Amino acid sequence: MKIIIKKSDELVEYEVPLVGATLLEVLGYIKTKLDNTLAFSSGCRSSVCGSCSMRVNEREVLACSYKVQDGDSVTPLNNVEVLRDLVVDMDSSYAFNAKAKAYLTSSTTVSLDHEDEKINEIQSDCILCGSCYSACPVYAVKPDFLGPFALTRVWKYVSDKREEGVEEKINHIQTSGVWDCTLCNECTLVCPQNISSKADIEKLRMKSTQYGFMDPSFASFSGGFGSFDGSPSF
Amino acid sequence: MNFKVDVLVIGAGGAGLTAALNAKESGADVLVITKEYPTRSQTCMAQGGINAALGNAGEDSVDSHIANTLKSAHGEANEVAVKFMCSEAPSAVAWLDSIGVCFSRTEDSKIAQRTLGGASAARACYAQDYTGLKILHTIYDRCMAEGIEILNEKYLLELLSDEKSRVCGAKVLNIRSGEIETYLASSVILASGGYSRIYDKNSTNSTASTGDGIAVAARAGAKLIDMEFIQFHPTALKNSSILISESARGEGGYLLNSKGERFTNELAPRDEVSRAINEEINKGEDIFLDIRHLGEEFINESLPQERKLAKLYENIDPVFELIPIRPVAHYTMGGIEVDHHSKTSLEGLYACGECANHRVHGANRLGGNSLLEIVVFGKEAGINAAKYANEQTRTVPQTPDIDLISELKEYTNELCFYEEREKIGDMFYKDVGIVRTKEQLNSALSEIQNIKTNLHKYGVTDKNREYNSNLIEFIEFRNILDICEQVVKSALKREVSCGAHYMVGK
Repeated sequence: MKIIIKKSDELVEYEVPLVGATLLEVLGYIKTKLDNTLAFSSGCRSSVCGSCSMRVNEREVLACSYKVQDGDSVTPLNNVEVLRDLVVDMDSSYAFNAKAKAYLTSSTTVSLDHEDEKINEIQSDCILCGSCYSACPVYAVKPDFLGPFALTRVWKYVSDKREEGVEEKINHIQTSGVWDCTLCNECTLVCPQNISSKADIEKLRMKSTQYGFMDPSFASFSGGFGSFDGSPSF
Repeated sequence: MNFKVDVLVIGAGGAGLTAALNAKESGADVLVITKEYPTRSQTCMAQGGINAALGNAGEDSVDSHIANTLKSAHGEANEVAVKFMCSEAPSAVAWLDSIGVCFSRTEDSKIAQRTLGGASAARACYAQDYTGLKILHTIYDRCMAEGIEILNEKYLLELLSDEKSRVCGAKVLNIRSGEIETYLASSVILASGGYSRIYDKNSTNSTASTGDGIAVAARAGAKLIDMEFIQFHPTALKNSSILISESARGEGGYLLNSKGERFTNELAPRDEVSRAINEEINKGEDIFLDIRHLGEEFINESLPQERKLAKLYENIDPVFELIPIRPVAHYTMGGIEVDHHSKTSLEGLYACGECANHRVHGANRLGGNSLLEIVVFGKEAGINAAKYANEQTRTVPQTPDIDLISELKEYTNELCFYEEREKIGDMFYKDVGIVRTKEQLNSALSEIQNIKTNLHKYGVTDKNREYNSNLIEFIEFRNILDICEQVVKSALKREVSCGAHYMVGK
């Protein structure tokens, strides 16, 4: 089986005698038997640590849960500095969690029931693999956009009954936050945990309007109407 | 590059981050370093739950929790430490709840609990089967809230000591730049994880669980204890060694052999269940976990991750099919000896989490007690390291400068350490595994010592400075060899079977 991997600035082809293997197994085979110098990240092998996110045929995957097909082309995540081969610097996307204040601000002792648990169960499945930042066209051009996983995390806490500082949280994500998203849904499509940051951002927008905020792009049109595809009509 | 802080925490899993939070709360200036990123540690893989005698799902008591833990430990636990951990458990869970952990809830608005092996009651608080993931991420979020500084991709090379042999920092390889960095601190907390990966692919663990902190601490003179106590989890997927949580049996799953017969009490402690499975496998049986009778709805609700993993890695759907399993190395009870203040045998060095041995698990850990341990003793380590740091005046390291990296890069690389790593893993699984004989242990020891003597014949192909994972993995391999030697030596000293250390023959 043939696999093509982006190494430094070139595409390198490897021939691997594995069938039905995960990409992580294939990378492990290459690293230990064919090319010791190939660099990639991995950890749990079971899709919970978020280390082995990368792109196959221009689509974000976790290497440990993707089954390799003959001729696949593997590249590092987009919109992030490549440290070497398939390894990227995750510091910048991780930093958005703190910037977005994605944590419980102050908690009350309130008891949650089974339904409360379900409200943000899926959001709390996030493994911070960064696939969503790689797929996000807004983040690609606007590097200060708080971005998908950080906003999902904010929604996780905003929707948590224990959070007392909802308004403060909402205030904090107005700039470079919820209104910058184009709702293109790319983040949802690539999320290995089936989280929809797009949907979470929509929920945060609803919450924002409840606190008196509005979409700044509407404000700037001074009451004008956009066409259905979102482009302004003049 | 030189950095100076009060408390340096090495490792950013559940234990390290809890320690950092508590050290900071105690007034210390804290820095955390990790060879990966926070949230990628072994903690995220814990599925089943965290034990606390809350009695939310039937009657329970702290005394029962203590009794169950001591029984499973086979007399090798420290009673005072076990009592402390179990008594602190309800407040540990309350703390996690207060910082936002999304625990599963009961109909009457309490934290849901389930029964794991060796427990007399439903004691494990859980968040579906993502308990460790959700606890770890919430603790990480708390660290962000408190402004804890975490530096990623820094790999521990050695501990530094001053003229009075007090540990006062660490020498670290910046993985990205390839440069050596020195971090000075008044006290150091090791929270660097266990060593299950000495069994290579015969382990449920992350590839990062190579016992680095333990090997480095031992080289600095720290005392290790009970290294032979290694827990084999009964139910890992047969081909990939990926964990299927004990909660699958806790919720009513059966173990079957090829004839479709049950052959053991599925909820006995892990060492017993693993031996029972091992015995069947030795008879030529294939072993399966059967959860079909729990039904699709229940499996989706309570064991979603197990279904996903079985489908992905074994190509079977457990709702309709049997899951092929075998026992593999899962948790290492042994580690760096610590006292009741989480202090190691070296002044200024503290340890918590799987790298430490607080003697709460003894010869066999109970499911649900490891997440508990990292929170309870992470806190102790953080508080005590901060207190110690506060009492010290800053000191100067005396450790001689050896250029390890250049030395390792000079090794001849005529033998492949990756191949050897895999061979050692298989040899240890067979000879230092679920059932051991003195003869096997002796042969494993001489094998390991032989490889250690010839270490200069191994080496790295990659001579680059930046992000040289070939080099990092070689240093991990060197640590693995040290740990393997300690494990076998420790095992040879214990001639009588005890818990996970099971000896047969003369």
